[in-house]
Amino acid sequence: MTMLGDRQRLAYIASQAADARLNVELETEGMTLNIGPQHPATHGTLRIICRLDGEQVVWAEPSAGYMHRGYEKLTEVRTFPQVTSLVNRIDWLGSFANEVPFILAAEKLMDIEAPPRAQHIRTILFELSRIANVSLFLGDLGVQLGAITPVFMAFRDREYVLNLIESATGGRFHPNFDRIGGLKDDLPKGWIEETRSVMRKLRTFCDEIDDLLFGNEIFQSRTRGIGVIPKDVALQYGLSGPNLRASGVDYDLRRDQKIAMAWDKVDFKVWTHPDGDSFARCWVRLQETREATLIVEKLLDTLPAGPVMAKVPRIIKVPEGEAWVSTENPLGEMGYYVVSKGDLGPFRVKIRSASFNNISIVPWLLRGVYVPDVITILASLYFILGDIDR
Amino acid sequence: MSQLSSTDTPIAALPGDALRERAVDQLRAELGDALIDTLVKPGDDVWVRVRADAWHDAGIALRDVVGLDYFCFLSAIDWMPSPFGRGEDDPTQPQAERDMTIRQGYTGGETRFQLFARACSTTLHFGVTIKADIGDDMTMPTWIPCYTGANWHEREAHEMFGINFAGHPDLRNMYLPSGFEGHPMRKDFPLLARMVKPWPGIVDVEPLPGEPADDSDADGGES
Repeated sequence: MTMLGDRQRLAYIASQAADARLNVELETEGMTLNIGPQHPATHGTLRIICRLDGEQVVWAEPSAGYMHRGYEKLTEVRTFPQVTSLVNRIDWLGSFANEVPFILAAEKLMDIEAPPRAQHIRTILFELSRIANVSLFLGDLGVQLGAITPVFMAFRDREYVLNLIESATGGRFHPNFDRIGGLKDDLPKGWIEETRSVMRKLRTFCDEIDDLLFGNEIFQSRTRGIGVIPKDVALQYGLSGPNLRASGVDYDLRRDQKIAMAWDKVDFKVWTHPDGDSFARCWVRLQETREATLIVEKLLDTLPAGPVMAKVPRIIKVPEGEAWVSTENPLGEMGYYVVSKGDLGPFRVKIRSASFNNISIVPWLLRGVYVPDVITILASLYFILGDIDR
Repeated sequence: MSQLSSTDTPIAALPGDALRERAVDQLRAELGDALIDTLVKPGDDVWVRVRADAWHDAGIALRDVVGLDYFCFLSAIDWMPSPFGRGEDDPTQPQAERDMTIRQGYTGGETRFQLFARACSTTLHFGVTIKADIGDDMTMPTWIPCYTGANWHEREAHEMFGINFAGHPDLRNMYLPSGFEGHPMRKDFPLLARMVKPWPGIVDVEPLPGEPADDSDADGGES
């Protein structure tokens, strides 16, 4: 495994060196290209400053911060139950997943645990937000390469998932459904049957994308071998989620940690890919979406009966202490380091969001690539601006 | 394509406290008396505190000796209680007196500011939270030689808390405009939105006058 990685890396370095030599011979004049802050290929207001030599990027620097909302500061003036409405908006495409680790951290400090049914429903909604998030990525991927059709399919099928989330929680994008000690409400009538049929539709969508995009020759030639991230570099930069697994690291927090959620109740595959290129990152996400639909179905099969809310006081005071909880969010590892002083609100919350680390590799990764590949590499890294800036 | 999936390989046992104890022992052997305090919470996590001058060595030891290959995050804490409380004061009234004693959290501390970071192992499946006191010069060694990903996290800590990282190549502002004065995440930096008008949300968590404390409704006080 290490041998393969080394050989890949050497081949990559050699190809870059050959290109650089060519440029020295041609002595092309450098120029600076500003991609963003408003640019169709950047998913929000991420600005990337590239210094070019001919068609090649010699230096690139992402400039984040156009959407900084200061959530870490704002949490210090809110009470614990009020924080979920803030952290909802970090990764706005999979917002339910943002609430979970914070609530789990607060529950850890209070030494309570949600009832089994609540844990199950939390996990189901978590996986639904993963599907809603990543299915949009799969459609968007086509747009970055000039294929318009997949994005319409993605928006069509994501709507089914959003309808499910809306009928259970009342909010399409910002559910704010998680409570300390459980959930606000139980599932509505008929929801389980509806979810099963939607999961089947989503698997069909995954198959369509697999045929239409991943089997496409243009797609493969634009992504295979492009933007290779070796395993050790990915770990050094703290890449997480599908980006890390696409570099061959078998690490998934759903499986690899003890947490008060229902993932340990079901059997599922963690998908990895040894290549670490753009194609691998997209491929791992596709497999994960399909796997998530299966996880949801298995969880629905084993849904226990019982209450969805533990007994918690009306005025929530969290005992003094520090807790770190992170979960495998659609974009990667998202965690909250919560410091409480026994007050109504947290003393300090450090939000570790996945995209912040995932994007910090961009200056390293874009060095030496060609300009059109900048767009595919950024698309395959898959970031949400709110998740970078917080 | 099932050969690419890896749950068929045996999964390492979930982290026991023995693993965390071993990490503490390894760090103690490596750092000596620069390891000031440790805390292992059974079934939860491990905290260690090192001397500021050993911050860099501790990072190397975490990576190479303990085997934490995955960099999670790096940030800082300002342990001073906020002079503005939680922003619940009426800004038209004179400011209330508050208890301003600095009380550090797990593994203690002596200074107002502490740097803390976390690294995990992707094979052994556990992580270590490491802390260090920041002296009055507000300067710490950079962690970039240990974990490259610390670069952006240190930039963020620099602008938000005013901590300098010796050896960091590029401590430009990331979020704030370049001419911005002050460090927003410090506790004595006021949240201006709460300074101009009273916050309406704060009344929700107080029981209404004349109403007995009601524990049967578990809705947490958000209604």
